[in-house]
Amino acid sequence: MSALLEVRDLDKRYRTRHGVIHAVQGVSFDVREKETVALVGESGCGKSTVALSLLHLIEHDGGRVRFEGAEFDQLKGRREQELRRDLSIVFQNPYSSLNPRMRIKDIVGEPMRTAYGTRGRELVERVREQLEAVGLGPEHLRRFPHEFSGGQRQRIAIARALALEPKLLILDEPTAALDVSVQAQVLNLLRELQRRLGLSYLLISHNLATVESIADRVLVMYFGRIVESGTVSEVFNDPRHPYTRALLDSVPSIDPSQRHRLKPLEGDLPSPLRPPPGCAFAPRCARAAHDCTARPPPLGSIGSREAACYHPLGG
Amino acid sequence: MSEEVLAIRDLRIEFPELFRTVEAVRGADLSVRRGEIMGLVGESGCGKSMTAMACLGLVPPPGRVSGHVSVDGFEVVGRPDRELLPVRGGLAAMIFQNPGKALNPFFTIGRQLTDVIRLHHRHGERESREVALEALRSVHLPDPEIALGRYPHQLSGGQLQRAMIAMALACEPKVLIADEPTTALDVTIQAQVIVLLRELADARGLTILFITHDLGVVGSLCDRVSVMYAGRVVEVGSVRDVLESPAHPYTRKLLATVPKLGDGHSELAFIPGQVPDMAFPPSGCAFHPRCERASPVCTKSDPDGRDLGAMHRVACHHAHGGGETEAPGTANGAPAR
Repeated sequence: MSALLEVRDLDKRYRTRHGVIHAVQGVSFDVREKETVALVGESGCGKSTVALSLLHLIEHDGGRVRFEGAEFDQLKGRREQELRRDLSIVFQNPYSSLNPRMRIKDIVGEPMRTAYGTRGRELVERVREQLEAVGLGPEHLRRFPHEFSGGQRQRIAIARALALEPKLLILDEPTAALDVSVQAQVLNLLRELQRRLGLSYLLISHNLATVESIADRVLVMYFGRIVESGTVSEVFNDPRHPYTRALLDSVPSIDPSQRHRLKPLEGDLPSPLRPPPGCAFAPRCARAAHDCTARPPPLGSIGSREAACYHPLGG
Repeated sequence: MSEEVLAIRDLRIEFPELFRTVEAVRGADLSVRRGEIMGLVGESGCGKSMTAMACLGLVPPPGRVSGHVSVDGFEVVGRPDRELLPVRGGLAAMIFQNPGKALNPFFTIGRQLTDVIRLHHRHGERESREVALEALRSVHLPDPEIALGRYPHQLSGGQLQRAMIAMALACEPKVLIADEPTTALDVTIQAQVIVLLRELADARGLTILFITHDLGVVGSLCDRVSVMYAGRVVEVGSVRDVLESPAHPYTRKLLATVPKLGDGHSELAFIPGQVPDMAFPPSGCAFHPRCERASPVCTKSDPDGRDLGAMHRVACHHAHGGGETEAPGTANGAPAR
């Protein structure tokens, strides 16, 4: 299967008053057609920076991005516009990502109007189809965002993201702001849309159970780097990087008899202004040895997956 | 062990608006015993946060509160602010969802801690500093002496939440009310806070009312749990009883909707319909429009709580007898339109 999106050595530095923050360092991954790849990690690990730089919402400082076989970064003007239609995003908070002063028909219709100049009755017809695809009836067309619940708003945001029939949808914490009962509806909808439209997803999430329920492959990020990647079942059932293990051990279980298995990770994230030498996880890692603090471990293959660790778990 | 430290009886909270009145809490009952961690779960808008605010007399105007809330025997409802001083921060303390917003950005952690301590005790400066240091040590904040001189923006999210817990516990309250204290935190920090709260409850016999919508946190932390829906407690029992053999159809649905690690790519169950508008709550049992078991009686009368076994109570006309939970994917209704 060919890769729809190829990211190689992506790099992003933020220059701040206090110094340079290296937010993303040498991140490489592929997203293939009809595949869901999840990017997980704690706040500040760089996962949203990756998403935003893919969309050119921020400029990255190094590396390259190929989308549908074209060098996405070097495209200009019309070619760029065309290719960007195939890439879309759904944001975390449907309360802030929809303009409160626009009606639903304008929110969902705007991309089609801008990209194709669709107007009038045809536009309304297309918007109606888009809303129907996410399970919303035509009675909502003239309503405003405040008239909807969180789950419905997220459906509207998804309808807008799908308006130009993209091939790849970036989902930035799409259910984090929703109640559990609604979360399940949105996840089921995303799964159904993927089946029906042959979409690829890049899912950004810190909720490991959500990731497990819809993703095929997972990339674990820590402090700006990918530390482990592989299929969801491999990585979650048999993690090799101690950080992945620690993340999994931090998820509270609903089963009270599993209580003792909750093992918090000691310490805090290091300051991005003063990154530790070598492996960024070494100061919190029980397996850390001398070599860990010398040089950051490269991402190396272990069987069918990759981990960046000198002393991986298992095998 | 059976001594009741926090007792809520028939609590009602209403917010009058111009053309309607929102009934946020409609006769909630809750009882938390000494040294117990009670979880209070429910979806947004079910009244769980308002119930918590009522424990400290903090319901914002124009909210009207009636019923009874007693904290260690002290009746809170109907008291003016000045009489509530010994309760707030003294008998009971509260920690909030977002520690960054709950702390004042203009003052150091030390100043904010000693202010609380000096409000409740006649300590001098040096003495209250000692108490503050001890409080920071008890929550395992690294380098407590340095932390005293820090401003909130200089600490990480996890450190701030520890500082807020230290502030809440500095005057040795009987009850800690925790309103979603881990929701804004990363899982790794959430796990640290869960373990810390459990340790504090064990070591000091602290009573905790823990408000959350995360059933995983309930399973990992709480002794008992109350499930709230549309302003009422619909089920209460030990964590094991409620999570393993839920009796109320709402509790069952809620449990079935949670994606659990280890379940793989399974289709998720969801609750059809929507949380009711509390200005116009449904007649009878508020859950009946979304309930598979609803019958004509459910639309007419709101069920009273009844005992199912030792300390397990449910308010439902057609409660499940216990046993297996609903398998995910078997009980889907039509998607909400």
